[in-house]
Amino acid sequence: MHAFLKGGSAALERAKEKSASSSGDKEEPAKKTRQVPWVEKYRPRSVDDVAYQDEVVAVLKKSLQCSDLPNLLFYGPPGTGKTSTILAAARDLFGPEMFRNRVLELNASDERGISVVRDKVKRFSQHTASGTRPDGKPCPPFKIIILDEADSMTSPAQAALRRTMEKETKTTRFCLICNYVSRIIEPIASRCAKFRFKPLSEETLTKRLLGICEKENVSCDDEGIKALLRTSEGDLRKAITYLQSASRLKVEETITEADINEIAGVVPDEVLDDLIMICSSDSYEKLDTGLRGLINDGYSASQVITQLHEKLIEKEDLTDKQKAVIFEKLAVVDKCLIDGADEYLQLMALFTTIMHQICHG
Amino acid sequence: MSLWVDKHRPNSLNKLDFHKEQAAHLKKLVNSGDFPHLIVYGPSGVGKKTRIMCLLRELYGSGVEKLRIEQHNFTTPSKKKMDISTISSNYHIEVNPSDVGNNDRVVIQELIKTVAQTNQLETSSQKSFKVVILTEVDRLSVDAQHALRRTMEKYMATCRLILCCNSTSKVIPAIRSRCLGVRVAAPSIEQIGQILQSVCKKEGLSLPLELATKIAKKSNRNLRRALLMCEACRVQQYPFRPDQEVTEPDWELYLKETANLIVEQQSPKRLLEVRARLYELITHCIPADVIMRGLLQELVKNCDGELKLEVVQSAAYYEHRLQTGQKAIYHLEAFVAKFMAIYKRFFEEGIADLF
Repeated sequence: MHAFLKGGSAALERAKEKSASSSGDKEEPAKKTRQVPWVEKYRPRSVDDVAYQDEVVAVLKKSLQCSDLPNLLFYGPPGTGKTSTILAAARDLFGPEMFRNRVLELNASDERGISVVRDKVKRFSQHTASGTRPDGKPCPPFKIIILDEADSMTSPAQAALRRTMEKETKTTRFCLICNYVSRIIEPIASRCAKFRFKPLSEETLTKRLLGICEKENVSCDDEGIKALLRTSEGDLRKAITYLQSASRLKVEETITEADINEIAGVVPDEVLDDLIMICSSDSYEKLDTGLRGLINDGYSASQVITQLHEKLIEKEDLTDKQKAVIFEKLAVVDKCLIDGADEYLQLMALFTTIMHQICHG
Repeated sequence: MSLWVDKHRPNSLNKLDFHKEQAAHLKKLVNSGDFPHLIVYGPSGVGKKTRIMCLLRELYGSGVEKLRIEQHNFTTPSKKKMDISTISSNYHIEVNPSDVGNNDRVVIQELIKTVAQTNQLETSSQKSFKVVILTEVDRLSVDAQHALRRTMEKYMATCRLILCCNSTSKVIPAIRSRCLGVRVAAPSIEQIGQILQSVCKKEGLSLPLELATKIAKKSNRNLRRALLMCEACRVQQYPFRPDQEVTEPDWELYLKETANLIVEQQSPKRLLEVRARLYELITHCIPADVIMRGLLQELVKNCDGELKLEVVQSAAYYEHRLQTGQKAIYHLEAFVAKFMAIYKRFFEEGIADLF
């Protein structure tokens, strides 16, 4: 018995030693630096950092000073800083500790049917928020519910929000974020202060991109930056993602225009010029092989259409009427593609129209 | 014994047969220890999946090849039950959300988010992230794609997505802007020829260059198809002869015959016959858009200039309606009827002009 106990204690001691040594081991391997996407890394931390959206920032800053907010509706194309702005504003209002329990963020990855609006949103909005922080300093006496990507909410779910929004103004502010303001039902839109986020200007984009290049030690030539501006169309997130992807692909090499174009899936100019040339030759068979080649090379039809539009609009040997006919067809094809129609057939229809217009129009 | 297609599938980035430069880029990407979300796109049968598996192998080692199939159950908000099967290893999970049709959003919301939210326990010995492969993203509903958006950003630390699709047209821009696009172009005819020859060499067979080129041309730059055809030729006859017939799938021949029937005669009676043949094709699981494309290709051969334009336009028109509509046969038949009308009118006008 005694021996047993002794043995037990010895084992215990050994175990203790072991745990001590293992805990010592644990400290050694330095924590791996988590790779953060640059989009997250360079997300503005405060409202002041938000690029280019001057009016919105001015209004928000005013309301932050008197620590009150109206219900907000942000809309605009992707990558213009809508989500970043409201997150930054909330952080300014509440500080990092209170941020967690004062902000409810719901986006399209959460279930947002009518039942969720009735239960989760309503319950959260009914809680009263105190006007002081745990340390006694004053803070705004309300919570924020961010409904991101609100245009993918069903209209019954939006309708269920109406009364909740009004009734709970004392304790809750809503911020709706969407790409298309037309998909938000009128009664909701009229309860919010609307802000349009515009696509970022080229100067702003360039400034930001160069700033990131400098901080991340990436070299990117002027043509590369220009290609980024062209492909991103005022979408800062897209530009940054492309830049990061390119920098990963080309480790410690200069990023060139061709890299960006390949990542963005841009159809090379020569390919499109060839196709237009074929169109003016009035040969169906040549067009057929040309288009099959294009599709086999994996270029996406929507990209072809976008670039074709830019090309044709500047083409001088077409009359206005011809252009009008072609662009009408272009619009139809675009719609059909979004509906999921076959790429080959749609492009064929578009290019035969162009062929007809060039040769017989 | 497995098919040549599977047997000779390259399993590392170094062994890929074409787009070597791209493979080198991908390798560099993986060797830096981390990569962004990827969207791999290109026509079918060019080795998108092969490339992805090579990438994973490079990343995690041979552990990714120990696959298991799992069944997952979900309940939709409307209390409908459904299951989806996933293929997974310790490091990755592969799902085809479009299997469950309209409810794919739930899969994204439940499954992907659960995977994405789980942290890897031991980050010192393995990568800190898992990989989720989503196939046929172009068939995801718009709702499901929206659901992906924020998930992709929020759980970047624990999870990388690799999306695989035929065309990026149907992927919403918001997703495209979050991914690094990897375009996999179809191999050229010569490349296919070379690959066929090297595969045959590995099998201990000799393939004449003429036959290889012939198969490559018939395959429409689709490598998988080329390999299958090549194997079919082997079964048919060996040793190979340079002038050997390359058998086409019988449904293609059937489709060609159908097209010829349409051109031969334009009458309601013929339309009925054609309908029976179209039904035959559909019941054999030939996708309706493939039928439409095949029909167009054959029919156009019998038309001249002006007429071609009109036929192509109507094919595009009916194919679009086919995608938005419910039953394929209506639209296929409508196209056939339309073609008959156009063709007949053209001929009658031609005859009237003669007199």
